[in-house]
Amino acid sequence: MIRVEDLRVAFGQDANRVTAVDGVSLTVREGECFGLVGESGSGKSTVLRAVSGLNHDWTGRVSVAGADQSPRRAKGFFKTCQMVFQDPYGSLHPRHSVDRILAEPVAIHGLDDADGRIDRALREVGLGPSFRFRYPHQLSGGQRQRVAIARALILEPRVLLLDEPTSALDVSVQAEILNLLRRLRAAHGLTMVLVSHNLAVVANLCDRLAVMNRGRLVEELTVDALRHGDARQPYTQQLLRASQGYDRATAESFRDFA
Amino acid sequence: MRDKAAVTMSDASPPWRAWLTTDTPQSRLQARLGRAWTGWRTFRRNRLAMAGLLIVLALVVVAALAPLLAPHHPYEQDLANRLLAPGPGHWLGTDSFGRDILSRLLYGARLTLMIVALVAVTAPVVGLLIGTVAGYLGGWTDAALMRVTDIFLAFPKLILALAFVAALGPGIENAVIAIAITSWPPYARIARAETLTVRHADFISAARLQGASSLRIILGHIMPLCVASLVVRVTLDMAGVILTAAGLGFLGLGAQPPLPEWGAMIAAGRQNVLEQWWVAAMPGFAIFIVSLGFNLLGDGLRDVLDPKGD
Repeated sequence: MIRVEDLRVAFGQDANRVTAVDGVSLTVREGECFGLVGESGSGKSTVLRAVSGLNHDWTGRVSVAGADQSPRRAKGFFKTCQMVFQDPYGSLHPRHSVDRILAEPVAIHGLDDADGRIDRALREVGLGPSFRFRYPHQLSGGQRQRVAIARALILEPRVLLLDEPTSALDVSVQAEILNLLRRLRAAHGLTMVLVSHNLAVVANLCDRLAVMNRGRLVEELTVDALRHGDARQPYTQQLLRASQGYDRATAESFRDFA
Repeated sequence: MRDKAAVTMSDASPPWRAWLTTDTPQSRLQARLGRAWTGWRTFRRNRLAMAGLLIVLALVVVAALAPLLAPHHPYEQDLANRLLAPGPGHWLGTDSFGRDILSRLLYGARLTLMIVALVAVTAPVVGLLIGTVAGYLGGWTDAALMRVTDIFLAFPKLILALAFVAALGPGIENAVIAIAITSWPPYARIARAETLTVRHADFISAARLQGASSLRIILGHIMPLCVASLVVRVTLDMAGVILTAAGLGFLGLGAQPPLPEWGAMIAAGRQNVLEQWWVAAMPGFAIFIVSLGFNLLGDGLRDVLDPKGD
């Protein structure tokens, strides 16, 4: 469904040039949930932004739903592939009502039955029609993220890219959103790519994952292997230990992987 | 104590207020009116802003009802009664042609309001368009548009307006055009600055990911966020617009006689300013009050609209 080959992304000019993604290749099968894990600055979000079409400056090959993608996407692409952002406080327009937020993609793509679509989308993410005419400031963080998911789903995409969709939410709401995403994935046969630094979240939702560090793909493994602690690479093992909580011995055993 | 009173008041609030302040509006209209109501309540708490609003509303009412309110015709000359001091019959005195100053001021409110309205619907719109386009598209477009803006900003405003009026010919319409041409650059600057702060926001990225065109994003997503600070700036600038128009009128390049434009009236009272102070002072006083009204209104609107105030 998604195929990335030798993706390279660099920011800045000449002396200030920073390579954020350095030759990443990965494949996500149809209907699969693929996790992309790494610490801050490892380039995982940058990969996602290149796939989604937000970042134009990359080299390599990106193909989504069997079609090679150029850096700038045609309008039709966005009907196939949508994205949910990390911060639900920043991803909704502060002066647009939920109704307007959901009506916009329908209008852009010239789809019919906007009312019905908005109603269905709101129900699907567990918000009733009573939320339709509220403004973002009248919603909680979890409700905002549900609206953002509804906005992504209203175009009925086949691929959903998730950029840390739960990390700005508190723990009980995180679980709700993860359950919602799992349900939606089953109901629509969605292909998902989940970027997260939280191994527990990835293990909860994904089938396979890739670990990134400093712009490179360190290791690909299945979630089962992750659960059994079968990581081959030392960096992955260190990440696993870190996710199980800290004690002094663990902290002292950490080292930098260039 | 006060809180208690507020609670009991909201308990006893009429149904229309509950309808406006509900958390679950049932329609687009209700949601919008609810927002407007919340804004109005913030605005109402600011007494000075309310005073400003009343002054501006009074200006509108006076302009609309000038023929009913004015005791005399604004052009009616009475050379036997020229330069009369304020008193019964002529509450604000008469000018050097014996025309009633009060009546002229009331009719002049129409001109002032017209100038203000015409400038308010042209300059900020042009500035908003140029600023948001430059800020959102960036690169060459930004460089070109902002250098043009810089060039306009480099001229002293009144001098540039004078040059335009001199080129176009004196008259109130040309004065409006000249003022509009000279006053859009600051709006473009503000709009561009606001655009730069939001153009990388996630909600703009989200709009791009839905396939929205640049035009749709600028019009639907960026402009609504710039409008607030622009409205505030426009109301604060209205005083300046009135003064510039009066200045042009004073120099004989704005409204032409016998139009009762306030600046031109001051100019006409210049010869008598020491002996018959009211001829120049009354229109000056009117300019002062209306300018003050717009300034107070702008201050209040900033509290309501400016997102940075949250």
